[in-house]
Amino acid sequence: MIGVLALVVALVVASGVYLLLSRDVFRCIVGMAVLGSAVNLIVFAAGRFGPLQPPIVAVGADRLAAATADPLPQALVLTAIVIGFALLCFALALGARLRAQGASDDSDRLRDAEPPAGDPIKPPVLD
Amino acid sequence: MLVLAPVLLPLLTALFAAALYRHETARRWVSFAGALLSLGCALALAVEVDRAGRVSVALGGWPLPYAIEFAADRAGAFMVLVAALLGVAVLLHQAGRADPAPETPILHPLLHGLLAAAGGAFVTADLFNLYVWFELLLIAALGLLAHGGQPRQLDAAFKYLALNLLGTLLLLIAVAFIFGATGQLNFAALTEASRRPELAGVLPVYVALLALALLLKAGAFPLFAWLPASYHTLPAPVLALVGGLVTKVGVFALLRVGQVFAGSPPSFDEALGWIALATMLSGVLGAAYHWDLRRILAFHIVSQIGYLLLGVALASPAGALFFTAHNMLVKADLFLIAGLIWALAGHYDLRRIGGLYRAYPGLSTLFLVAAFSLVGVPPSSGFWGKFLLVRESFAQERYVWGGVALAVGLLTLYSMTKIWLEAFWKPHPEPSALVPVPGLRPAWLAVGLLTALVLALGLMPEPALRYVEAAALGLGRAKP
Repeated sequence: MIGVLALVVALVVASGVYLLLSRDVFRCIVGMAVLGSAVNLIVFAAGRFGPLQPPIVAVGADRLAAATADPLPQALVLTAIVIGFALLCFALALGARLRAQGASDDSDRLRDAEPPAGDPIKPPVLD
Repeated sequence: MLVLAPVLLPLLTALFAAALYRHETARRWVSFAGALLSLGCALALAVEVDRAGRVSVALGGWPLPYAIEFAADRAGAFMVLVAALLGVAVLLHQAGRADPAPETPILHPLLHGLLAAAGGAFVTADLFNLYVWFELLLIAALGLLAHGGQPRQLDAAFKYLALNLLGTLLLLIAVAFIFGATGQLNFAALTEASRRPELAGVLPVYVALLALALLLKAGAFPLFAWLPASYHTLPAPVLALVGGLVTKVGVFALLRVGQVFAGSPPSFDEALGWIALATMLSGVLGAAYHWDLRRILAFHIVSQIGYLLLGVALASPAGALFFTAHNMLVKADLFLIAGLIWALAGHYDLRRIGGLYRAYPGLSTLFLVAAFSLVGVPPSSGFWGKFLLVRESFAQERYVWGGVALAVGLLTLYSMTKIWLEAFWKPHPEPSALVPVPGLRPAWLAVGLLTALVLALGLMPEPALRYVEAAALGLGRAKP
């Protein structure tokens, strides 16, 4: 089971990196989200993946049964999902503003922060 | 509870400032009062920690190591104090008309959010919490980049986001792997767990991943591309706070990781040392190429990060801590001075300004003090920082490391001389632009405050040196 999850994570990371390397700003943002999900899966897997037993101490026992999943990474992954979602929203709004302000959504053309045209130290635009 | 103040006070101030979104004057005053209160609490915390050695509070009602622990040792308290000082100076400067950030309702909440994130990273004793503070730092910095709304700022924000998010994700992966291997998140429990012999093979890999993520956050070679791509679009006071804090939080976290996983292989230090040299050199060479004041100073952040990393690599926390404090103050001071230069001479581009020495000898003096400190001319604060690091390099027979650190000092002098010659000495290309500007008094006060601190740190380094040496004992790693 953990082997299948590892394969899935590898696949998701690969597609996330592929999207992130795209020149299109929107694809780039989707790539960030996909990569974030892969990382969330890794966090999830850190707490023993597989057992269906709920992490509840049985009546009369003083500790969890041996094959219980660790609930802590599940709490951590919730935190990470919330933060990741907020960042994704911010990134999408940023992408939309970039387009609306007339800047390109081609990341190679995002050069507003660079020295203005005609400046002798301006690095050349790569085509 | 004093140990929670570096997190709670800025967060509360941010909340109050956000609630006052319709009242600009009240917002400014609440924000400034919050910063002053933070400074007072930081001072109290530093004194308390100096007396007790370590102050901690465990939240969540669980026994340690399952509770979420916040703990301030001397190193953390020292950083909290410097950050609080920066907060006060930056808010003062923001009140003047030296390139202030636009007073949008979100500005002060974001500034305090940044301070809360840095404070949290300095006092947390929990690995996952450290990750959360880095996220908050990222979000606050992004907000500060984007809230001005100019195309160049949005452009910079996107680059900052894309590259920093990668570091954040790496950090989270490393935290997950380390938790999976050790079952712990608390720093003390992690130190305990990292000694288990069955983890000796796999744990260094995870620690290396963690260090890689933190190096990206710190702006180390070759992962610093996000920094010169974005910092120069920020207004002067915000730039001083972001430039003074963000990367140093990364370095401080590296120091912490070095303390927590003290049993890491010595090859880590070796690698870190060479990374430090490359960072120093690439930063200072990048600065030599540019003509925009903010770009020059932003590249110098990278170069100075190299010195901090050298301190970490030499396992010399005293040197690294002293240099961090010196660097945060001097860097913020120089950015604030750059804001004044912009207001008085009309531009950040060195080719379009000049004549400031004749018109404003006071500003020239302030700049010289800060510039000499950055270069490390004795008896400035930079001299003591570099002295500690270079002495340690030579003591450990790392002659190349020490030599490069000295040579980079010379190249730094080149950049500072360039600013001096262009902005201060040569006549202004359009003398009519050199008119007196009203409303600069708070900015002068902020620059004066920081310069006085830098000067005091240089002329009387004893108290700070004693404090960081005591702090280093707490952070110290046994040399193999």
